[in-house]
Amino acid sequence: MSIEVRDVVKRFGSFTALRGVSLAIPSGALVAFLGPSGSGKTTLLRIIAGLEAPDRGEVLFAGKNATDQRVQDRRVGFVFQHYALFRHMTVFENVAFGLRVRPRSERPPEAEIRRRVGELLKLVQLEGLGGRYPAQLSGGQRQRVALARALAIEPRVLLLDEPFGALDAKVRQELRRWLRRLHDELEITTVVVTHDQEEALEVADLVVVMNEGRIEQVGTPEEVYDRPVSPFVYHFLGSVNLFHGRLDRGVLRVGPLELAAPEHADAQDAPGTGYARPHDLVVERQPPEGTGLPAIVRNIHVVGPSVRLELWRRDTGEPVEAELSKDSFRELAIREGELVFVRPRNLRVFREAAPPSRAVTV
Amino acid sequence: MPAQPSPLRPPAAPVRPSPLGEPPLVRWALIAGALLFLGLFLVVPVAVVFATALSKGLAAYWGAIRDPEALHAIGLTLKVAAIVVPLNALFGLAAAWAIARFDFRGKSLLITLIDLPFAVSPVISGLIFVLLFGSHGLLGPWLLSRGVKVIFAVPGIVLATLFVTLPFVARELIPLMESQGSEEEEAAASLGASGWQTFFRVTLPNVRWGLLYGVILCNARAMGEFGAVSVVSGHIRGATNTLPLHVEILYNEYNFTSAFAVASLLTVLALVTLVAKALVEWRAQHHDLSGER
Repeated sequence: MSIEVRDVVKRFGSFTALRGVSLAIPSGALVAFLGPSGSGKTTLLRIIAGLEAPDRGEVLFAGKNATDQRVQDRRVGFVFQHYALFRHMTVFENVAFGLRVRPRSERPPEAEIRRRVGELLKLVQLEGLGGRYPAQLSGGQRQRVALARALAIEPRVLLLDEPFGALDAKVRQELRRWLRRLHDELEITTVVVTHDQEEALEVADLVVVMNEGRIEQVGTPEEVYDRPVSPFVYHFLGSVNLFHGRLDRGVLRVGPLELAAPEHADAQDAPGTGYARPHDLVVERQPPEGTGLPAIVRNIHVVGPSVRLELWRRDTGEPVEAELSKDSFRELAIREGELVFVRPRNLRVFREAAPPSRAVTV
Repeated sequence: MPAQPSPLRPPAAPVRPSPLGEPPLVRWALIAGALLFLGLFLVVPVAVVFATALSKGLAAYWGAIRDPEALHAIGLTLKVAAIVVPLNALFGLAAAWAIARFDFRGKSLLITLIDLPFAVSPVISGLIFVLLFGSHGLLGPWLLSRGVKVIFAVPGIVLATLFVTLPFVARELIPLMESQGSEEEEAAASLGASGWQTFFRVTLPNVRWGLLYGVILCNARAMGEFGAVSVVSGHIRGATNTLPLHVEILYNEYNFTSAFAVASLLTVLALVTLVAKALVEWRAQHHDLSGER
């Protein structure tokens, strides 16, 4: 079922969590809300679920206004960050809860409840653990009980708040691949809130990048990673190098470099910053005159199939991070302390608005 | 760790005293001191109560307890507890729920007010009700003209006891509910549970041991309260005398055996309360370990 959010505003006291957010989620998609803490992603999820009421704006399910619908009536499967399993109930009773609280006329008979819970426990690979209490399970198992419990009500949408946040790295990776397969099997519209960019890029069809109560960018994982629309998205999704310079009639001048920035053809000698990912940098020993920034190699890290270089720009002293394939690194045959020249192969220029933080962020 | 013992391992070391331990002499002195103190201030008084109560034989003991006035006092005490404990359990649940789940203006004032009965001397608590409902009080004349007698009657005793025992359940539940948070209740709502279903299936089971603990303490205090009740009751024998007041009257009349016989009932209540409290604590902890976290 499709979800639409229109111009939603939410304040908590003097803190504005959402500043007019609009978003359309197509039916059957797996969407990730990605952002730092305090960006409003969890608030948006809770408003979609009906656990929080927006101060302004609307939430539509399948085109119908659901803003005033109570959470009980929305039929959303919500998985809480800390699972929120009922601690005094067994795994079986946790999963059966949504069926047992239905009005008598809609409640399935006991045998049917047993069958359904059994099926769900099988689906989340927890057969045979129905008699345990939540405290007797591992984190990953609790997570799957929470998911089975949410699925028991045959939800129209599935909402997960930082579902893998409290798990260790390996379990996390397994679970998110498993969630992806499960989603493809059930074809239910799913929203996952996460602050982990890797998680969002790996699991989602659509990534919604949020910052300070606003949506910065909506796009496929490739789009948001390769074509960020703002400095924030660049910073938040992976490492990036900043090249500060002067922007004049479609050209960014950084030291001796002249870099094309055709989208800023109207700029008149304004400050501008070029953003380039580490793997979009070209590192050379002896480039043609005026086509590279001189830099000193400070550190070389070989990370699996690629090589990460920590460089110092000789003209400004700013750090630059470059990533090469092992082959091109071998061709260059550089060592720490040597002089090289770098230039961005692929660059996006924004007019001066970048946060004055470190040049390389992760 | 490798399974085979290392050849370099030193021979078994002699048992060393724990680096944080005390020398034996100090330990024994401390234990003896604590036991002596407990014996002097707890065990001896309790023993004296029973010894004096039974000093004239079992027949006299039963006689003192089966005296009509004593029976009436027992009945009144039970009646007051039966009214006060459920009311304060309800109030405690409601207050704890409001405080733990919602942010509202005057929340810290409410918490302070709940503690007020602990801070005020019980005698003052009783006086408050005399000033409010006495024949020269604020509301007393109006109520009296309509035939409602509060002071020197059972309603006054109930009110005073209600006031004095108000904090027990709320105090027990507020930190518990605050630490548990509201996520489980939100989960229940998202699964379609109504407010009542959420309360009876999720909220109440999660706090049941804390609630029981609070109720036990509240009950003990409700039955044993002396100061506040003494001010409002008027000590009318066979009408407004509770057990503690009855003990006092008997004692003042130099009827020591009877006084201690009735007092032994309150002592038994105290012992039962202690055992029940220990059981509930053990049970709650046991559940913590075996699965209810």
